[in-house]
Amino acid sequence: MADPDSLLAEALQAIEDSSDEKSLESLRVHYLGKKGSLTALLKSLGKLPAAERPAAGERINVAKQQVQQSIEARKSSLIEESLSAQLSDEIIDVTLPGRRQSQGGLHPITITIDRITSIFESSGYDVAEGPEIEDEYHNFEALNIPSHHPARAMHDTFYVSPGTVLRTHTSPVQVRVMEGGKPPFRMICPGRVYRCDSDLTHTPMFHQVEGLLIDENVSFAYLKGTVIDFLHAYFEEEMPVRFRPSYFPFTEPSAEVDMGCVSCAGKGCRICGHTGWLEVMGCGMVHPSVLEMSKIDATKYNGFAFGMGVERLAMLRYGVGDLRTYFENDLRFLRQFN
Amino acid sequence: MIFSEQWLREWVNPQFGTQRLIDELTMAGLEVDGSSAVARKFSGIVVALVESVEPHPDADKLSLCSVSNGEESFQVVSGAPNVRIGLKVPFATLGAEIIENDNSKPFKIKKAKIRGIESNGMLCSAEELGLAESSAGLLELAEQAEVGTNVREYLKLDDTSIELDLTPNRGDCLGMIGLAREVGVIGRQDVKKLDVVENISTLKDEFAISITAKDACPRYLGRVVRNINLNVVSPLWMQEKLRRSGLRSIDPVVDVTNYVLMELGQPMHAFDLNKLDGQIDVRFAAENEKLILLDGKEVELTPDTLLIADTSKAVAIAGIMGGLATAVSNETKDVFLESAFFAPLAVAGKARSYGMHTDASHRYERGVDYNLQRAAMERATQLLLEIVGGEAGPITEALGNLPEAAEVRLQYSSIKNLLGVEIARDEVKDILQRLGFELNGDDGESLQVLVPSFRFDVSIEADLIEELARIYGYNRLPQTAGPGKQSFRSKPESHSSLSRIRQQLVALGYQEVVTYSFIEPSLATILFPEQQFIALQNPISADMSVMRSSILPGLLSTLKYNENRQQDRVRIFETGLVFRQKHGDIEQTAMLSGLISGKKLPENWNSNNVMSDFYDVKGDIETLISLGLETNGYEFAAADYSCFHSGQCARIEKDGVAVGHVGALHPAIQRKLGISSSCYLFELELAPLQDRILPSAAALSKFPEVSRDLAIVVDRHSPAADILDNVRENAGEFLTDLRIFDVYQGDAVAKDKKSIALGLTWQHPSRTLSEDDINTIISNCVNGLQDKFNANLRN
Repeated sequence: MADPDSLLAEALQAIEDSSDEKSLESLRVHYLGKKGSLTALLKSLGKLPAAERPAAGERINVAKQQVQQSIEARKSSLIEESLSAQLSDEIIDVTLPGRRQSQGGLHPITITIDRITSIFESSGYDVAEGPEIEDEYHNFEALNIPSHHPARAMHDTFYVSPGTVLRTHTSPVQVRVMEGGKPPFRMICPGRVYRCDSDLTHTPMFHQVEGLLIDENVSFAYLKGTVIDFLHAYFEEEMPVRFRPSYFPFTEPSAEVDMGCVSCAGKGCRICGHTGWLEVMGCGMVHPSVLEMSKIDATKYNGFAFGMGVERLAMLRYGVGDLRTYFENDLRFLRQFN
Repeated sequence: MIFSEQWLREWVNPQFGTQRLIDELTMAGLEVDGSSAVARKFSGIVVALVESVEPHPDADKLSLCSVSNGEESFQVVSGAPNVRIGLKVPFATLGAEIIENDNSKPFKIKKAKIRGIESNGMLCSAEELGLAESSAGLLELAEQAEVGTNVREYLKLDDTSIELDLTPNRGDCLGMIGLAREVGVIGRQDVKKLDVVENISTLKDEFAISITAKDACPRYLGRVVRNINLNVVSPLWMQEKLRRSGLRSIDPVVDVTNYVLMELGQPMHAFDLNKLDGQIDVRFAAENEKLILLDGKEVELTPDTLLIADTSKAVAIAGIMGGLATAVSNETKDVFLESAFFAPLAVAGKARSYGMHTDASHRYERGVDYNLQRAAMERATQLLLEIVGGEAGPITEALGNLPEAAEVRLQYSSIKNLLGVEIARDEVKDILQRLGFELNGDDGESLQVLVPSFRFDVSIEADLIEELARIYGYNRLPQTAGPGKQSFRSKPESHSSLSRIRQQLVALGYQEVVTYSFIEPSLATILFPEQQFIALQNPISADMSVMRSSILPGLLSTLKYNENRQQDRVRIFETGLVFRQKHGDIEQTAMLSGLISGKKLPENWNSNNVMSDFYDVKGDIETLISLGLETNGYEFAAADYSCFHSGQCARIEKDGVAVGHVGALHPAIQRKLGISSSCYLFELELAPLQDRILPSAAALSKFPEVSRDLAIVVDRHSPAADILDNVRENAGEFLTDLRIFDVYQGDAVAKDKKSIALGLTWQHPSRTLSEDDINTIISNCVNGLQDKFNANLRN
């Protein structure tokens, strides 16, 4: 019978020398398998005298356990070695830029309209849209601006044909909403408008957001609250807001709204023309004739309307200096808003 | 309108200064656009008398003068051509200072030697005092001017010109009298009454007047003034008042009518009496009638134009401009003065229709006080006689149909309802009365209010309440959050919002742009030669003269603009309306359009970055389509459409209806537009793209999926979409996925063939599909492809 101790020493050496999991497995089979040499020793125990058997068996089992443990230990260390080799092989430069599509972005006009819209939607306003080529009735007459009215001169109107114009404001959308529904109304209409005017401070196309609220018992105080709350929400700043009497044929009373300059905090700067105030919107209580023309009972309902220039708000919010850059679409300009 | 603060203060003098006055006007709805000092800042300039003038011994154009300030005489050298003995002029004494503007240093008058002669001061022109843009000589002061008086005080130069941007409803403030009324209400101060000298006529001469257009001309006053002397100039005080109101002095007659215009807001006109024939009639123009106006322009009159005519001809367009033939000239001796009220409706829009805008039309369109004409006539006559002499006849008045004063009931409760605040009844009455409204009774609940003849903008209760709010102060009115009604709004889930679609495009690397809705017709025609565009009648310029029928021209212009700025990778989109003529109607459709050009990805250290192609832009469209959760309705079919590459263009259909196009820009157009690299464009109708189905969940099968690949060889022009349709038809109801994973054309297949590799996946809801099931299906698919496309299985 072979000596288990020498067999053990031989096995441990072989395990120590093995360099991969596969050779380790064949060593396990060689020593511990069904036909393995240590297993064979165990089988040959019967040949020993009965008194020697327990001690010899004990020695063989200890040797088997040692081999088993040694194989396990060698195996984990081999796995560890190969993992660490893999890890060091696979080192990359994580500071190289990632692979990606470029980042697109929305136009500042859209960003501004979306922001205005979300503020009003959060207060239960609907969004309405309407045609941009509009008939004179909806653009003017239904808003209390008959053809001879001096206010028509304030709207430099583009004509497509006699009686058909490019809308000069988004107010005709209110008329269409009122004509097509029943009060109460609470809506805003953003969109493109057109005036035949082009210089440093005017582009022939620009954007407005018009708002309309018609209900019972609406007062000017409610209009003031709405406009002031909106401006504070939009600019995230509680700047002072003032109302100046003004004139629009479709509202009575009418007001221009000035807010404290956000650039100089009202101290006076180039942006506010050194007045400390910025004109930001027009508003007023809807004129009873406008309600009546849209078949709304003016003895029961009243309300307010307001309108603001989107380019102007975007300029103030984002510091855009020149109105015309909005429509040049220079990608380097637009990407600043992404 | 521009006015002089001092002139206003002659009428009402509130206890606050200039800046406060400006603020108060603005906050009362009379917006102040700007203000400026009426003269330069200066000191040490006094009225002096020229005592002697001698030529300068060494200079032809200079004079040696002795001037007196009343106490002593000074030797001064002057270059002014109008310097003469006895003249009273502004004299800048030694030490005087003139400051040209806020940014300049004071100019100090010092003792000087001019061509060897000592000069102890300077005689001043209007320009040097800042009273005129330029002057030809010394400012000539009135003979009565007291020598030694400070010129600033004498000419009342501590004054401000204030420019108002009046809204069109406030025609009543286009004169000092109306403006003073407003300031009187603001400061709760009484205003000076208009004081006119009456009965100054010494002649019996009248010129007959009739009114044919009685609604258009409710009142017309005329007066003959004879033997005037036009060889005088208007007094300096009047010239100054006019100048500070932005009006130039012309001659005494024009100056007087302008003065009354500015003072009372009443436009007036003077005719040369001897050029008038027969009598005056106010009537509408006849067919084909013409008139040469004061400015020399001949106009063809439309029959809705109100005219002043004499027996033989038109002599003026009422309320707009007089005719040249009857104009007052240097030779005029006798004039016929007109002071009339023309109804706003008769004048409104007329001046504009003739391409004109005058001080008179500006006022008549907005409404002139129809009770003011007599006072204005008396005022003008008085001033005219003072300046040019002569004798006046009596006033002749003809009447048409005068408007009736509106009466409006104002309920006290309405004030609270509309403004959200109670205003004390005494304050209500005080404000209204100071504004010129007459109160015709108070029954405890409401006021009966008579609207004055100068307010054309007040006809309903809300108008009166606005007046109260204006004077009470908009900023004193309360602000509330409004009734706290709860209102839930639901957004339809079967609709993708535009914002969702935009965000998806942004995620795909697109930059949104906003281009003009009007475009250059030549560009539009290059892209869409077969289309009729909607043209503007009055475009702002030729390159913005037709409405876009597609967003693509705007995107191409944007591409070009950015290519010129070294942007070689462009991915842009825009949404908006396009405008097309359809059966005589205008169709306005919301579209989404996009353009890509340049590499697939931004410049990268990774090497496999090739140029974008058709399938990149198509893939982006497919992503958008899949936002609707249902892609079945959409199909792409090869198409040939004007602006696209004929071999790389697809019509996009939804449920068989064309909703857009995608393709490569036609290379010929690309060359014509000077665009350097290929670009791919798409344009889609927005509405169908926003249709979305509500998700509906189905139970997942517990049984395994089975997949098979199928490689076939077909004619290279067989559309993949048709092949997929065919396979889908034959692949049974349990097919869950069908995809193309390879397309090959090359040496391994015949020249006119291509190989397509398809991947099919099935799953049965309630059992495992057997090998036999799948084999049957595959053979059905193969048979179908053989029948339809003559396809062969590829080994």
